[in-house]
Amino acid sequence: MAVSVPRSGYPRWLGQMADGLSSLFFSNRSARRLLSLVLFFGIWQILCEISFDFFINFQFVPSPVEVLKATLTFFTEDPWVHFRSSINRVLWGYAVASGIGVLLGVVIGWFAVAEDLLLPPLELLRPIPAVAWIPLAILMFPNAESGMIYITFVGAFFPVLISTINGVESTLSDTVLIRVGQCLGAKPWHIFKDIVVPGSLPSIANGLVIGMGNAWFCLVTAEILAGRYGVGYITWESYVTSNYPPIVMGMLMIGLMGAFSSWVVSRAMELLMPWRVIKKQGTA
Amino acid sequence: MMTQLEERQTIKGAVQVEGLSVTFRNRSHETHVLDSIQLGVNPGEFVCLLGPSGCGKSTLLNVVAGFIKPTAGYVMVDQSPITRPGADRGFVFQQYSLLPWKTAFQNIELGLKIRGMPRAERTELVNDYLNRVGLYKYRNRYPHQLSGGMQQRASIVRALVNSPSVLLMDEPFAALDAQTRHLMQELLLDIWEDLKTTVIFVTHDIEEAIFLGDRICIMGVQPGHIKAELPIDLRRPRHFDDTLSTEFVTLHRQVFECIREETMKSMELSF
Repeated sequence: MAVSVPRSGYPRWLGQMADGLSSLFFSNRSARRLLSLVLFFGIWQILCEISFDFFINFQFVPSPVEVLKATLTFFTEDPWVHFRSSINRVLWGYAVASGIGVLLGVVIGWFAVAEDLLLPPLELLRPIPAVAWIPLAILMFPNAESGMIYITFVGAFFPVLISTINGVESTLSDTVLIRVGQCLGAKPWHIFKDIVVPGSLPSIANGLVIGMGNAWFCLVTAEILAGRYGVGYITWESYVTSNYPPIVMGMLMIGLMGAFSSWVVSRAMELLMPWRVIKKQGTA
Repeated sequence: MMTQLEERQTIKGAVQVEGLSVTFRNRSHETHVLDSIQLGVNPGEFVCLLGPSGCGKSTLLNVVAGFIKPTAGYVMVDQSPITRPGADRGFVFQQYSLLPWKTAFQNIELGLKIRGMPRAERTELVNDYLNRVGLYKYRNRYPHQLSGGMQQRASIVRALVNSPSVLLMDEPFAALDAQTRHLMQELLLDIWEDLKTTVIFVTHDIEEAIFLGDRICIMGVQPGHIKAELPIDLRRPRHFDDTLSTEFVTLHRQVFECIREETMKSMELSF
């Protein structure tokens, strides 16, 4: 039997409000996510206000409020040309990277000859960070724009390639699935099309999501080459001119666009894989 | 009067295993898994391979399927030697083996699609089979939305829809609960009475082997060999009540004693 008794010392409405708030934040997943962001910016603001300085120094770190002011200023001047330039570079680099990455990954995963002939130089190039490519990007490409696209390509390409190879190889290593195909009379082409490709899709999707994030990750590096426009360019330019709030603004915008586009890719991939169910601990 | 050979040629599903040995080699040592297996299965016969774990019964089935190459000897199905897997030998795996990215219908349809059967024809055939095993309602579900018993029914139908000469079953009901297992056994017999496909059924469950088989081949260990063959003359169609009959219990005891010795041998291996 449920009897509601006011808790001693507290008015009843306060207890109810606390219950309401806690059930809102702990049962609703969107609310929990919002809470996490509020806490993140709140703690950041507090650290700036108190000029926190213990090993990590927040005295010169722009606070969220300063960053917000810089953002408002940025939006009053023509911001779209910067967004357009950056989005263009990232999407082109990403499109080329995912196309070539998935294609090469599937070929390398499926054919031993392709693995032997193609993988060694790719493995050699893989650990090279995007920033190290800047001089060559300047030398190799006809203009800065294609050089920048190349740098975002480098960021996106390798996660897509490696995840695709792994996906194909792990599906091929699943003896039962391959045998299922064989005893239905499947030729290699059918095994490829009906078993290997769908079987490696989760891993390919993973590579595509990471690749999307990495393309944005390389944007500041790429736009070191830029003359005038781009969110990464503003970030880098503000550092050169010691104007700190726009740096953080640029960082957050890249973070935001990166997170959003990764989310779009991962949603799109989920739609391609209706057979998958993901059940986490703590979901109804 | 036809000779035995001529008769085999005219009817589908004769399996002949001749002097079959399988040895697995790795760097450090060799494991002799099967030793000169001799086995003939008649068209339409239901044969159970029964034995303790480690007797090589699954290996034998895998050789017939063409998944494993024998070290010596050969397997013939309807007079042609087996070199690789093919749709003429349907296989039902112990694990749930439906392709997770295809619905029940698409899984069952796959073999026919590979063979190039026109869509309308294969849809009708697949639907017939789905109805037969009570899965028509669930045809658009993905495997993870089906129970274990439903998944195995779909796996059996996936093999049968290609009208194989032989149906190879590797402990297909081992992962199911006891109630479902009994129902699945009855369902399998029911379908088999209609189709009369040759079945080679691997199991370690004595009751299952007696209930299903026309004949039981009891396998021994170290290395795997066929220790004894026992015809099961229980009347068909069989029902679950039959497992309580005196005849059944007598057979059970007989097989149990024969297999017990081998189980003890195989257990010593792991101590």
